[in-house]
Amino acid sequence: MSKRIEAKNLDIYYGSFKAVEDISMVIEPRSVTAFIGPSGCGKSTMLRSLNRMHEVIPGAYVEGELLLDGHDLYGPGVDPVNVRRQIGMVFQRPNPFPTMSIKENVLAGLKLNNRKMKGSEADDVAERALRGANLWEEVKNRLSLPGSGLSGGQQQRLCIARAIAMQPEVLLMDEPCSALDPISTLAIEDLIQELKDSYTIVIVTHNMQQAARVSDATAFFNIAGTGAPGKLIEMGPTDKIFSTPDQKSTEDYITGRFG
Amino acid sequence: MSVTTNSSSKALNPLKAGQLPRWAPWAGLGLALIVGLVFGGMKVAASTLIAAAVFVVGMHVLSLYVEGRRRANDRLAQHIVYGMFMLALVPLVWVSWIAVKNGLARLDAPFFTYSMRNIVGEGGGAAHAIYGTLYVTGIATAISVPIGLLTAIYLAEYGGNSKLAKGITFFVDVMTGIPSIVAGLFAYALMALLFGPGTVNGIGGAIALSVLMIPVVVRSVEELLRIVPNELREAAYALGVPKWKTILSIVIPTAISGIVSGVILAIARVIGETAPLMVAAGFTQSLNNNPTQGQMMTLPVFVYDSYAHPGIPRQPYWDRAWAGALTLILIVMLLNLIGRVIAARFAPKAGR
Repeated sequence: MSKRIEAKNLDIYYGSFKAVEDISMVIEPRSVTAFIGPSGCGKSTMLRSLNRMHEVIPGAYVEGELLLDGHDLYGPGVDPVNVRRQIGMVFQRPNPFPTMSIKENVLAGLKLNNRKMKGSEADDVAERALRGANLWEEVKNRLSLPGSGLSGGQQQRLCIARAIAMQPEVLLMDEPCSALDPISTLAIEDLIQELKDSYTIVIVTHNMQQAARVSDATAFFNIAGTGAPGKLIEMGPTDKIFSTPDQKSTEDYITGRFG
Repeated sequence: MSVTTNSSSKALNPLKAGQLPRWAPWAGLGLALIVGLVFGGMKVAASTLIAAAVFVVGMHVLSLYVEGRRRANDRLAQHIVYGMFMLALVPLVWVSWIAVKNGLARLDAPFFTYSMRNIVGEGGGAAHAIYGTLYVTGIATAISVPIGLLTAIYLAEYGGNSKLAKGITFFVDVMTGIPSIVAGLFAYALMALLFGPGTVNGIGGAIALSVLMIPVVVRSVEELLRIVPNELREAAYALGVPKWKTILSIVIPTAISGIVSGVILAIARVIGETAPLMVAAGFTQSLNNNPTQGQMMTLPVFVYDSYAHPGIPRQPYWDRAWAGALTLILIVMLLNLIGRVIAARFAPKAGR
């Protein structure tokens, strides 16, 4: 598991609007890469194009190359469904399926992809995923209850369990803690540290301390102004970005002198 | 900042305002009713109207004097809202009451087991019409739900802003406004074209009802699919679930309780249609269990015919008409009840 992502001269569009311009970056396997930058700078757009969720929006498309272990994600004949089975995603707001129990939520990805499982195998998969998401102890006695009855932080960990039950190569997280309290945030951050042993993790965050705490590499995005496309300003090891960045604007943003 | 607790500051509490006692509205209502009865000359409608007007105006003035303008306006709005609500209830209660009062006389076993074959005067029943209504509405539902559901799925999930989707939406809206008799004539003409002139049977009636039902199903289901949060679709896509499976396994189950009530409302909307069924399903005194062959009686047509063309003596015909109307109401109520149960079973579960 866990694969390397490489972007080459990637432009991302919403219809005629160019949202992100000329991104080239390498995301290393078994590490945490953080995307930071001001609102509207295209970091979420970049994240969503990594598993072809970007094109779910009508009129949205991507130009350039995006390689997963050397295979072009946007090559001709590539089925976005196959891409998403390998690259899982956790969203800003927890979104468990309301019609399903906790266990059904965890198994949803496998069940809906027609994997036939015996009862005991399903139990094992669910337990492994929930343990992986640090949720097992809290929910093991109420697996058949609806997932919407959990607290916000538990719901978010349920969504992570749902994503890792698919055993993806890469896990994308779009501001996974922005709707959570500090304790739940800490739980998720601990979890990210454990998960990076087996997955490539990319996380978008507005919280600079969080980026500094959890990530190995950091990419800073910025826009020149409203209507201008977002650009990758610089990317490097988190220690370096947060101590001696090459670019002035990175330093300004990190130290809060932005805007 | 210190907290002063002496009594003079309490007496001058600037947050205090005049307030009517809690029993004041009830006392006012009683007083208004007495006034209404006195001036309305014991006539129900006049007395009620006068009492309502006296109550609303009187409470407003009283509150204006005691409580000030904001509260008085609040009370005025509140009383008008309650008044309108009760006004809206009047026809509902009235219709139910009259239907029960007049319909109970013949709501007996023979009514549900006998047709009107060879019956003149008393006795007989509406079995043929009840079966006919169930057949015709059942077939109409079987036609309308798949078409309506799939159209709604296209509009909400695939159509987007395309010209086709806009066109369909426009024609669905036009269809909503089709006079029911036109739907009947359409079904009659269609059956004549397909199976020869003068083909009048249960299927024809079902087609007429479908024309009326499809737009209702499409509109309600489309609205429901649109309120399913996009996040759920994205969550499913991100798990690598194909679009069709997402719709089938995530979107529709999330909206199922509303879809079921929408379908039941659509059935309730067409089950009482009379004109199109007279044209397309026809009229008979005997039980017909074959929707593809021969004319088929339905409850609304039965009610209309019993009331408009009674034999002699008239009373048994009128009794049967009322019993038929009551049966129709009961069927709709039963459908609603079933819908509630299904909706409650499938509704997204909340709580812990």
